[in-house]
Amino acid sequence: MSAPASTGVPILRLGDVLVTGLLNELDDKTAVAFADELTERISADRARGVLIDISRLEIIDSYVARMLMELTTMSRLLGARVIVAGMQPPVAITLVELGLQLTGVETALNAEQGMAALGWHRSPQAPEGVSRDAHR
Amino acid sequence: MTPIGELRTAVADVTDAGPEAADGEEAASVYPVESEEDLLTVRHAVRAATIRAGFGIVDQTRVVTAASELARNAYIHGGGGTLTVEHPVRADKKGLRLTVRDKGPGIADLDTALTDGYTTGAGLGHGLGGARRLMDEFEVDTAEGRGTTVVATRWASR
Repeated sequence: MSAPASTGVPILRLGDVLVTGLLNELDDKTAVAFADELTERISADRARGVLIDISRLEIIDSYVARMLMELTTMSRLLGARVIVAGMQPPVAITLVELGLQLTGVETALNAEQGMAALGWHRSPQAPEGVSRDAHR
Repeated sequence: MTPIGELRTAVADVTDAGPEAADGEEAASVYPVESEEDLLTVRHAVRAATIRAGFGIVDQTRVVTAASELARNAYIHGGGGTLTVEHPVRADKKGLRLTVRDKGPGIADLDTALTDGYTTGAGLGHGLGGARRLMDEFEVDTAEGRGTTVVATRWASR
């Protein structure tokens, strides 16, 4: 797979879901490169869901907000559902005061709830004798 | 993160033009806003300043976000400029004052620029109006061809 200039942000694939997370800060160039890389991966991996954990992100200004909204729209056009999970409360307060509602961006309280919304449920321990890979 | 000394003369001009020019208790720190990297440096500097001023986490986030918006405006629309951080004190309240000055074309219609959704560039159009809502005091000095100076102050626990 030919990846565009990497941002160094890991993007993991779990079944048909891509899981990724943003670090505590994001400059403008990295934000754009991340959106490019993620849409490439959605297409290459035929992902149907994307979870973006933002629990470490310390601020979201209008530029990053726009990136998240555009990324959500682009992903939807590709056929994937994006969930942005784990926004810090001060970030949410500031976004609202800034006048940004992240229109169209689906959110979840944390990564676990985001994954559940994408169809991943925490299962109890695998029954004895059943391989975890059995149904792959 | 080290303030640049050569720009201190510019600071004096800015504070003279700003409101309540006399109440800054510590020396102002000036940071260049000339590149993408400077935008990150400015955020770090403002975050550290809000912590020094004793701001809580929500006020820290408000001020750093406002600084990010204003600095990006100066970089993108103003062709670069400076951000000055001061620690004013008023009636035992600690505050943080950001002065963002650029040498760009100025804002022709300030009322429109402060309206949400208005943009002439790559942002969402919430930059200036949004930054105003995140701060307690907000003044814009601009004229066509003269550049733009924004002075924005937040006081601890309003």
